[in-house]
Amino acid sequence: MAVVDVELKIKRFNPEQDTKPHWETYEVRVEDTDRVVDALHEVKWHHDGTFSFRRSCVHGVCGSDAMVINGSNALACVLLIKDVGTKISVEPIRGLPVIKDLVVDMEPFFNQYKSVLPYLINSKDPGYEERKQSQEERDRFDDTTKCILCAACTTSCPIYWGNDSYVGPAAIVNAHRFIFDSRDEAAADRLDILNQRSGVWRCRTAFSCTEACPRDIKITQAIQEVKRAILYNRI
Amino acid sequence: MKIHRHSYDAVVVGAGGAGLRAAIETAGKCRVAVLTKLYPTRSHTGAAQGGMCAALANVEEDSWEWHAFDTVKGGDYLVDQPAAEIMCREAIDAVIELEHFGMPFNRTPEGRIDQRRFGGHTRNHGEGPVRRACYAADRTGHMILQTLYQQCLARDVNFFNEFQVLDIAFSENRVSGLVAYELATGDLHVFHTKAALFATGGYGRMFKVSSNAVTLTGDGPGVLYRRGIPMQDMEFFQFHPTGIYKLGILLSEAARGEGGILRNTEGERFMERYAPTVKDLAPRDLVSRAILTEVREGRGIGENKDYVHLDLTHLPPEQIDAKLPDITDFVRTYMGLEPKTQLIPIQPTAHYAMGGIPTNINAEVVVDSDNTVLPGLYAAGECACVSVHGANRLGTNSLLDIVVFGRRGGAAMAKYVNEVSHADLPAHIEDETRGQIERMKSATGGENVADIRGRLQEEMMDKASVFRTDESLRSVLDTVRSLRERYHRVSIQDKGEVFNYDLTEAIELGFLIDLAESLVVSALARTESRGAHFRDDHPTRDDVNWMRHSLAFRTDEGSVRLDYKPVVGGKYEPMERKY
Repeated sequence: MAVVDVELKIKRFNPEQDTKPHWETYEVRVEDTDRVVDALHEVKWHHDGTFSFRRSCVHGVCGSDAMVINGSNALACVLLIKDVGTKISVEPIRGLPVIKDLVVDMEPFFNQYKSVLPYLINSKDPGYEERKQSQEERDRFDDTTKCILCAACTTSCPIYWGNDSYVGPAAIVNAHRFIFDSRDEAAADRLDILNQRSGVWRCRTAFSCTEACPRDIKITQAIQEVKRAILYNRI
Repeated sequence: MKIHRHSYDAVVVGAGGAGLRAAIETAGKCRVAVLTKLYPTRSHTGAAQGGMCAALANVEEDSWEWHAFDTVKGGDYLVDQPAAEIMCREAIDAVIELEHFGMPFNRTPEGRIDQRRFGGHTRNHGEGPVRRACYAADRTGHMILQTLYQQCLARDVNFFNEFQVLDIAFSENRVSGLVAYELATGDLHVFHTKAALFATGGYGRMFKVSSNAVTLTGDGPGVLYRRGIPMQDMEFFQFHPTGIYKLGILLSEAARGEGGILRNTEGERFMERYAPTVKDLAPRDLVSRAILTEVREGRGIGENKDYVHLDLTHLPPEQIDAKLPDITDFVRTYMGLEPKTQLIPIQPTAHYAMGGIPTNINAEVVVDSDNTVLPGLYAAGECACVSVHGANRLGTNSLLDIVVFGRRGGAAMAKYVNEVSHADLPAHIEDETRGQIERMKSATGGENVADIRGRLQEEMMDKASVFRTDESLRSVLDTVRSLRERYHRVSIQDKGEVFNYDLTEAIELGFLIDLAESLVVSALARTESRGAHFRDDHPTRDDVNWMRHSLAFRTDEGSVRLDYKPVVGGKYEPMERKY
């Protein structure tokens, strides 16, 4: 652990004053084992209180603080200063409208998530006991249950930047989570949704989403599995 | 600043597990709005890790009565026993219902919900640990939060995201409205409503080292406290034994449930001395005190000898990957250590408020020592005090609490709003909130929110956490009151309307200061040690004088007045608490 001086370059935009974004640079003193979010707090709390960004749990499970850090999407609370160096650039995630500073409009993202029927659909009365599910069946969709809806994947996707009607990786991940759940009955409906022009075929397998995911979900693989399920009508 | 007006039958404040479960219960029965200052999936329910206990007996013999006994004993007999019985009995159906909602629990080889050990949960009244915690890896809370949110989407629940409730109005002695601040616009929204259910979570951010989200600032209790609702059992605040050193990030008790061991600087498994039967799986209050006793007696580790180790190195690596993937990742990310081969520095971290808004078993808020119900007002989850956790909550019982009492509160509220009409909304109920915001934006006192909050957190950690004395509590009370004076001179830099977190952090600090004061005053008065409240100067439990719940009221002069009400007993007589 060592005290370090960090130069933070932050892309700022205040809709009540600015017509376009601009960069501001701040010098803050932090420990190298601190998180990037700690450095952002230092800016906000002791340099410029007008700086706005979302955060909550500050340990990588709530998904509030996805942003572009040194050019790549990440959560500010899981990157340490010693991992990113002492010159750090921070800007809002791309592809969603910026409202203020690092705060973007999340509504389009959540609407795309909602479009894939992200809830268990099963019309059979299960009675008073749990539905049975083997460990293998449970493992089949384990990876995609980890999603925290931070939007790091979707907003790292070059296709999404160019075409915001694409549902994006996060929505497909959450569709995958139910399509491959042995208890669910609506896989065909979700596959129909993802077979549309806005669905999985927009994916060009750039792997940006997989690299961006702070939960290490194999997103590209999940998208490929959904594509195969559509092609071969099999899950 | 624009003022918008809405009319609903019921409003849920907060969208973590309790709020979402309440919303599901009201959906289709009345017009309900759910207000959250975050997005629902950002709520701190998602950070819960280890499990949710229910006596399913899927893997070994168990019964809900044993679970209730453990809950009462774990809470050091300050638990209201009828409430604990309801929670533990309904736990079984609550877990099954979550599974039906789509919750991806880990499974047994037979395909049933798997269960594992957890602190304080025992077979046959303390004979030994029992496998009672239903879980989904070490992200059970994440899965519950996602599942409940998904079910809300399926029911088309009406969310107002990033709306922060700042005031409540009563008329005709019942709830009539709420005032909420919209973060995106800075506008105020007045909700004319027959009922409100508060589910805003905890307030652990009054302590320096905490597992809580930075947004857990007690807004719901804070709003109600200022409007005359008492806060119950505030002196009972749980410190989780295994927070990551300095950061306070939670490492689930599941780590010990899977076989992890605590060790001091001599490498000794010191919990054998403190809890010979269940050892590392003793309840959290005992383990946190044991850790800090080791530190006090010079057996701590590190430069300042102020932490101990959590040892997972003897566990099979594949068990760690399968059962504890997230928390071992936290250790790698934040400590740079490999938990399969290296020891993990841990210290107790401020984790859970047992106290809060007093309620009965239907989540109706009760406002005095006679348990008088305030019609239309409900609370559930960590912000509430039923009391099922008494003086110390058992691990996993919080996830259980939110689904059981979220459901009960939602059901009671839906029934109530279908029986009554709206109370008349007082004129200009938004004026006080608007005045507060305008004053804060124009103030020039020069005091800094972060500095005051930092001092509050340090003082509360030093003097009002695991060990307390009359002297330490008087000292911290003086500090809290002087910090309130400084708080009146706070000025903020951001004068804007859009996502002005400078403003909302300042408002939140006001809630933290109020609640910290009520906690310290309650702790000062309780001259005994019980559960998480330990007084070095009164180290034993005093059932003659203190088998009663504290009620802290805010007085008109801005001070605290205490009252008490009896604990509701049951079949378990208080006995010495040994593990």
